[in-house]
Amino acid sequence: MDTLSAPLTIAFDYTRSLGPVLGRFMAGLRERRVLGGRTSDGRVHVPPLEYDPVTLTPVTDLVEVSPTGTVVTWTWTDHPREGQPLDRPFGWALIRLDGADTALLHAVDAGSAEVMRTGMRVRIRWAVDRTGHINDIECFEPGDGPPAQDARDGQPAQTARDGPQAQTAREPVTIMTTPIRLHYRHTTSAEEDGYLRALADGRIIGQRCPACRKVYVPPRVCPACGIAPDEVVPVADRGTVTTFCVVNVPFAGQRLTPPYVVAQVLLDGADIPVPHLILGVPAEAVRMGLRVAAVWRDRSAWATTPENIDHFEPSGEPDAPYESFAEHL
Amino acid sequence: MRRAAVLGTGQTRHGTRRTDVSMTGLCREAIDRALADAGTDWSQIDAVVLGKAPDLFEGVMMPELFLAASIGAAGKPLLRVHTAGSVGGATAIVATSLVRAGVHRRVLAVAFEKQSESNAMWALSIQPPFSAPITAGAGGYFAPHIRSYIRRSGAPSHIGAMVAVKDRRNGALNPYAHLRQPEITLESVQESRMLWDPIRFDETCPSSDGACAVVIGDEAAASSSDRQVAWIRATAMRTEPTFYSGKDHVNPRAGAEAAAALWAAAGIKDPLNEVDVAELYVPFSWFEPMWLENVGFVRPGQGWKFVESGETSRDGCLPVNPSGGVLCSNPIGASGLLRFAEAAMQVMGRAGEHQVTGAATALGHAYGGGSQFFSMWVVGRNP
Repeated sequence: MDTLSAPLTIAFDYTRSLGPVLGRFMAGLRERRVLGGRTSDGRVHVPPLEYDPVTLTPVTDLVEVSPTGTVVTWTWTDHPREGQPLDRPFGWALIRLDGADTALLHAVDAGSAEVMRTGMRVRIRWAVDRTGHINDIECFEPGDGPPAQDARDGQPAQTARDGPQAQTAREPVTIMTTPIRLHYRHTTSAEEDGYLRALADGRIIGQRCPACRKVYVPPRVCPACGIAPDEVVPVADRGTVTTFCVVNVPFAGQRLTPPYVVAQVLLDGADIPVPHLILGVPAEAVRMGLRVAAVWRDRSAWATTPENIDHFEPSGEPDAPYESFAEHL
Repeated sequence: MRRAAVLGTGQTRHGTRRTDVSMTGLCREAIDRALADAGTDWSQIDAVVLGKAPDLFEGVMMPELFLAASIGAAGKPLLRVHTAGSVGGATAIVATSLVRAGVHRRVLAVAFEKQSESNAMWALSIQPPFSAPITAGAGGYFAPHIRSYIRRSGAPSHIGAMVAVKDRRNGALNPYAHLRQPEITLESVQESRMLWDPIRFDETCPSSDGACAVVIGDEAAASSSDRQVAWIRATAMRTEPTFYSGKDHVNPRAGAEAAAALWAAAGIKDPLNEVDVAELYVPFSWFEPMWLENVGFVRPGQGWKFVESGETSRDGCLPVNPSGGVLCSNPIGASGLLRFAEAAMQVMGRAGEHQVTGAATALGHAYGGGSQFFSMWVVGRNP
């Protein structure tokens, strides 16, 4: 039987500080100009390097290169992925722009692989809305001469450079936002799978390490011994607060509204505490040694998830003596 | 074993948002200062070791790939080190090992974090499927362990605030520090917002952009330096699982064992009397008394009394974090290397306004993960 699995997506819009060189490069793209960086050996790198690869001194000499260039080598993709420049089949190419000494990796909207060849002439297709971002280059397209886009925009490519807004437009871009989306499939271990299936039945199980005899909840390969657990041990849905904190601060990714108490709860029969919420009692009344019991969600909502237990609340039993949990701090 | 020494150190001006520089520029700001301080140039660097905390913080997988050329690694060995928050310390130790093994004469160690590229609280709170939504953030992870320390040692509640006042005032003397608060008082700390009870706002490190670099050389390189070097008398690293039954989160075994190995290797029998200054990794103020006990300066339960006596202030018998420490600047990946570099700066006599007079022996210390990775070194004015 396959163990449980589920998708996980991690996403964030990262804010790249560009620094002086790449900031000027991005500002150039905004006005449909491609800037290369001249290094001490006279070569022009596109995109520009921030530091000279030979002398390691800062690169300061930026020169404009042509929006047209030559394909140095290429490959073809029939199945574009999320986040790639085009959503239809396209060529990945290393393109040396006229005036540059290095090649730039980008997409060529060639329609068919039959059109692609090494040595073919290509030109930049500019994005209509340009913000000073690498995506201001939408892609490349076959052809020579001025980009077709310029005609579409109804203005020649060089206007912005010389217009009244030129100085403003040339202000370096400081930050470029880069969205990152990572998709994973999280597959549970055999131990985690058994634990989750028990939770769906309203039971909490641990497993005992055959070497140190400690009961781990959730069950796992013993972190201390490195040995797979064997004996399955029923564990109570009540236990002792070993220690805790009161979360008063909001933060990114948070799923509860502060303030709330997150406690380490040592379930009866387990040898390691689990973190959980303590509700049903004012935060200032939560204390080390407090006895608590699980509050389960309605049985109809149970699934293979620890969220079947909504939170813990005081059980009404006398506090556990410090000595009974001191070794779990 | 062959000798090794810190020839020079460099660090950035640390701040919340260093949007004036890229990651590359940030690293180079520290590296260029370290090379100048060491009196070396690129031609004399034989290898580069780079450390930073999880790649999710900047969203760039393996940043060493795009950084390699700009940090002088082209044509030379480049190693990347990963040990969470302790990585800066581990980076210095890897570089030291390359020199001590006789592989290289001069090695550049650099570590950085550009926290402004994302949000570390978010990155540390990723919730996998099948887990309960019990996230509490970085402070929420450590706050319960601080509560355990207070319970176990009987420490009064003002100890954390005392450490915060000391470190923030120290940071005011450090031109590179992110937070510089000469006016801070015990009362203002105690009135600051409670974030993760028992941790208050002013007892918490900032989120910083920053980098640190050191040049480590062998005995010949050290001898040819015309400036005072910091001799690396011993290094130690130890690891333990993040969680296991019976783990002591207050006084972690890996930290205690690393320290014991460190003192033995350095020939130090009485750390409190033989060490002149310590740079401890203290992201939350209460970790100062906890680490004072863990590394063996004082016995378990005595750390808070030592803090309360004022002996960890700059004029005390063991100044701790005269630079202001992590409480004043926390570019996570660089924070460990900053502790190691600040220890070296003290024994080289180049710590500026926060120089501890006569410092001849210093400890640099870092930890990371859930008190899982520990790295330390002892540096001295003499070998």
